[in-house]
This record gives sequence, structure tokens and C-alpha cells, in this order.
Amino acid sequence: MKHTIQALVENRFGVLARIAGLFSARGFNIMSLAVGETEDPSVSCLTLVVDAKDERILDQIKKQLHKLIDVITVLDLTGKDFFDRELMLFKVDFTKENKKDIEELVKKSSAKILETKDSYVVIELCSDQHATLALLEKLKSFGIKELVRTGRIAIVK
Amino acid sequence: MASFDMKITGAEIFVQALLKENVKVLFGYPGGVVLPVFDKLYDAPIKFILTRHEQAAAHAADGYARVTGKTGVCIATSGPGATNLVTGIATAYMDSIPMVAFTGQVKTSLIGNDAFQEADVTGITRPITKYNYLVKDVKHLACIIKEAFHIASTGRPGPVVIDLPVDIQNASAEFKYPDVCKIRSYNPTYFGHPGQIKKASKLIAKAKRPIIYAGGGVIISEANKELKELAEKINAPVTTTLMGLGGFDERHKLSLGMLGMHGTAYANYAIMESDLIIAVGARFDDRVTGRLDTFAPHAKIIHIDIDPSSISKNVKVDIPIVGDAKNILEKLNKAITPPDTKAWLKQVFDWKEKHPLKYKDDDKLRPQFVVEKIYEVTKGDAIITTEVGQNQMWAAQWYKYTSPRSYISSGGLGTMGYGFPAAIGAQLGKPGKLVFDIAGDGSIQMNIQELSTAVNNKLPVKIAILNNGFLGMVRQWQQLFYHRRYSQTELKNPDFVKLAEAYGAVGLRITKKEDVVPAIKKAISIDNTVLLDFVVEPEENVFPMVPAGEAINRMMGGMA
Repeated sequence: MKHTIQALVENRFGVLARIAGLFSARGFNIMSLAVGETEDPSVSCLTLVVDAKDERILDQIKKQLHKLIDVITVLDLTGKDFFDRELMLFKVDFTKENKKDIEELVKKSSAKILETKDSYVVIELCSDQHATLALLEKLKSFGIKELVRTGRIAIVK
Repeated sequence: MASFDMKITGAEIFVQALLKENVKVLFGYPGGVVLPVFDKLYDAPIKFILTRHEQAAAHAADGYARVTGKTGVCIATSGPGATNLVTGIATAYMDSIPMVAFTGQVKTSLIGNDAFQEADVTGITRPITKYNYLVKDVKHLACIIKEAFHIASTGRPGPVVIDLPVDIQNASAEFKYPDVCKIRSYNPTYFGHPGQIKKASKLIAKAKRPIIYAGGGVIISEANKELKELAEKINAPVTTTLMGLGGFDERHKLSLGMLGMHGTAYANYAIMESDLIIAVGARFDDRVTGRLDTFAPHAKIIHIDIDPSSISKNVKVDIPIVGDAKNILEKLNKAITPPDTKAWLKQVFDWKEKHPLKYKDDDKLRPQFVVEKIYEVTKGDAIITTEVGQNQMWAAQWYKYTSPRSYISSGGLGTMGYGFPAAIGAQLGKPGKLVFDIAGDGSIQMNIQELSTAVNNKLPVKIAILNNGFLGMVRQWQQLFYHRRYSQTELKNPDFVKLAEAYGAVGLRITKKEDVVPAIKKAISIDNTVLLDFVVEPEENVFPMVPAGEAINRMMGGMA
């Protein structure tokens, strides 16, 4: 099961390496990782989406993260009310036939067309996990040439 | 201008900081980029122990820490000096030993340039340290050293590495050593939650077949008195892990000795049949639990540990209590209503009587006999260090540990070559104590060069080699699980007696049973490093034994 975990960490060099090392050494999977400075420049916020097979592994991930000296707090957003966002950029096959469908799909979701070329279209979507997943699924049928994403960030309500 | 005069170099800050930390002994080896520090050490009031290999410096610092409870300190140069420390650092990490290891580093402008003797030491040691630092500004050095000692010695202890570039050693700063150290993201829990303690006491009151399972945490937190009180109050048997040996007097009637892969049959039976396990400072390691899905099927578990990540890592715990074992046991002891364990103890004592540890007592010289005699002659008052393998297990089984910090062994990492340098550190930490390294002929050769360190520092350490001409534990597995195909486990050894003599130590060879006690007595009477070469039965096995991955009550051998 996927879980969103947020950690506030000391904003200093080597911290990301410690976290990455922890995950690789213990065989935990990271689905996405987004990190940036917070309102306090000495603190970075790290949002991780992890795939934990069971409760025990999730529990270990949280405890091991918290055990790192540079980690200030660990918050599991599972079951909490929060806003989440992810920015995705798609390059999708674009033909005369699917033009209308794509445009309609983009309009219906909160996505945006950034550029239209002869053979492809660049689409931007910044939304929550449900909307991003829904658009991704739908665009698959049109043929995704390229996909880049920032990883999820979140804020508790 | 006055402040300018108060500046001192990084190398001097290093020495001053160690003095502030009350470091009495420093273990290490010099080299190119630590020259500034070694120059300051030349006339510093700190005893420096020059080992003959950096690995031994780390193990000696670790042994020193284990016997004294203080933080062990070692230093090596950059690159190969630092990588040679790595095994010692990993050993300390796995066994939660407080240690601060300094490594020299190439000058900051060269870092990342693949300079001569450069290695990414913070990168290499990240997964085997509690924390590590690369010092980038001499102004931070004092504070970093303060933090390092604080982190190493508090909470669940562990090694901390400080990588110190040569230009930082030469740069100058004012020396201000902080009195206290506050790290906002590091706040170990010492006091157990009162609600959890109350729940635990209720569970204990209802237990019919309780057992106490004590680990290294009891030694670290110095909770042995509180542990004894708990055991006697609730009348429960006590089994310890390898790391917990000495945490509970093995002569006590409630003691079941060690459990696990080479534990006593009665300890393993008792934990499997128990209905309540009170785990204190132990982490349900695979060598203890055996096959997890069959482990202690009827038992509820109370787990006392300072490290929250140890709880419910391997087995699901019913009542976790995070905090320092001594504090928690003190509180728990006050809250307890003793359960009725008469029938249970009868059963346990019955197992103890029916399935004792045993070995064939014939006229052959067997390793178990040697360990037993070391126990008898020293009356259980020596510090025993071990190497890894059969020697380690026999030392655990046949010597009765009565006090904490008396069994010094690489439990988690299982590092061959640990015991002898650890004995050197132990002897320096406890100069008045008798220190025995119980060794194998394989392991001892992994750090045999330290005979030089021991002799030159006039350390009367005794080495007892249980010389069977094999890498015994591996050979045992080959015998039992690989059809006696002794692949690369037979050793053609040097003449250990001559070797000892060449180093200026005393060597004694013992081949007969009747010579064992006189030889041990003689070794003790000699005020020098003594190597005892016990030529023992080559194919003796450590029993009982639970094959890897089996339930721990499915033991092979050594059963009545």
C-alpha cells in the first residue's frame, strides 16, 4: 500500500544521502521523493511516497527515519486530511484524429496544453494524486511519448 | 588583538577537546594528513596506544569502551588508514558501543579530486555509524567534537566518525568548548511511559510461565541490579543473549544462561513454552529467535528498549516500553504483583537438570574443558574477550559470567580478529583486572601483529588459543550440512609459541588435559603478555545447535 510520509529535516549537506542510504540498505521502496526548503531556511521538508507491503514495514520506515540524527519530525499522512499536489508534464502523440479528444480531456481535467506541435502535444497537470492518476490513465490510450513528474508534496489541513 | 592571541590551531583544538571529554587513552596509527594532530599529541597528557594496524585501534577503543562504559576513541589517517578502521567501526555499530573515530582527510580544496590517500570516508561510514561529520571549518571543530561525544554515548550508543581535513588541523580558531550540547532533532527517550509500565505490570501479574530475556541493553544501561530484583520478585527464569552475558549472575538459580542458536536447551525450551516474554534491551536477533513464525507461539511480549526501531522489528510486541532499561525496571519493580510461577519453575528446573550443557569427558584435550578450567582458576573474575566462531560460543557456554562488562565479544557483526585487540583495550581500561582472550587459531591470526602492541605497552593480556587446526565453526557447518567437504577450512599454522617469543611475549603449548590448570596458573603468574597454545581435539563441535532457519527448540546434539 502507498503511504505519504513527511519528514522535517536539518537543511544541511549529506542529509538526503542518509535518507536514500537508509532506504536502499533496508530494501524499502521509494515511489517518489520531493524535497525543498521550508519557511525556516534551516529546515527542509521531505515528502516521500513509499510502498509498504505491510504495517510492520511502514512502522520500520517511520522509526528508522526518525532514528536518523538529522530528522526532526516524521509525519505519516495516512488517514489524515491533507492537500496534495504533483506537477506532471506529458508529451502525447497528436494527430488530426485525436486532437479533439485530447483537447476535451485537457479541458475536463484541470490540465493545460503548453505547446502543440505536428506530432505531439505538451500537457501540464498540477493536481492531487487522484486527478494525476486519472489523467495519466486516460492519456495512455493516446500514446504517451514522455512523462516527467515532480513527486508528491502535501500539506496537512 | 587580544582575541587574535587566543586562537589555536585545529590540531590543538582536537587535543583540548579530548581533554575536556576526559579522554585518557587514544588508540591509533599516524599518517600523512594527521601529522598536525600527532605533533600536538607528542606532548599531550593523553596515553597514546600505537597499534600495528588501524583495525586493531578501532577494536581496542571498542574493548576499552565495553569494559569501562566510557567512549572509546581512535584515530587514523585518510584513505587506507580510514578504511582499515571500517571493520572496527561496523563492529561497534552492530553492538551499540560508544566510540568516536577520527580520520584524517586530504585538504578541503582537494576533496573530490581523487587525491593521494583520499577516500570518501563520510560516504563509506554512513551506514555503519550513528552519525558522522566532515569538518569544513575550523570554527565548528570544537562544537562537532562535543556533539560527537554526546551522540556516541547517549540514547542507544554507537560510533561517530569525524573526518578532519589536514588544512582544518592547521587553521586557527578561538577555542570555546560548549558546556552542554543540544541537538533539536536528537532527543532519546529515557523514561518509560507510566501507562505502559502499568500495563506491563498487569500482564506480569497474570502470567503463568514468564521468562526474562535480557540483552546488551542491560549492560549498557547498567541495569543488572534492577534486573535481578525483577527476576527474584516475580520468580521468573532469566536467559540472556550473547551481548547480555554478565547482565545476570549465571550462578543464580533463576539463570538459564544464553539462549538461541548455541544457547542452552533449557533456555530455548523455556522461551518456546513461556506465556510471557519480558525482553529487556534485546532485539530478537535471528540467532536468538530461529525460525520466526514458530518462535514462542504462546507468549505475549513486553519489550523494554531505548531504540523505538528495535520494537516490533522482528516479532510483534504487545507492550512496548521505550526508554532506558534501568529507569524502567526501577519503576516496574515498584508496580509489580508477583504471579504464581511455582509449577513453571518446577518445569524449568526439570529441563535444566535433564538437559545440561555437556561435552565428552574422556582423556582427550577438549576446548570446552579448557574454558571451564579458565573459569575455575580465575573464579569467574576475569574479563573474557573472544574472537568469533567456536571459541566465542564455547567461551559463552563454559565460562560462568557473574558481572556486567566481563564478556567482550563481537556479537552483531561477528568480527574475526576482534578479541585480541579488544583485550588490549580492556586491559588498558581495567589495568587491575585479569584479561583473557579466548581465541581460535584462525581468528587470532587476523590481528596477531598486535602482540607487538601488547608487549611494548607491557600489557599482561593472556591469549588462550583453542587450536584445532581448523576454521572450526565453518568446518562444523561443512561437517553437518555439506557432507564433510572441508573446503578451505583446514589451517596449517605457524608455531604459535615461537611466534609469541619472537614478539617478546611468553608462549606455552599445552597438549594434555592434566597440563591445562598448571599452564593457566603459570600464565597468570607471568607479568607479560602470554600466549597459551592449547592443542585441542580437531573435530569438536559446538552443541547444542539450532540449524539456521529452524525453530529454536529443534536442537541438534548435546542433548541428554
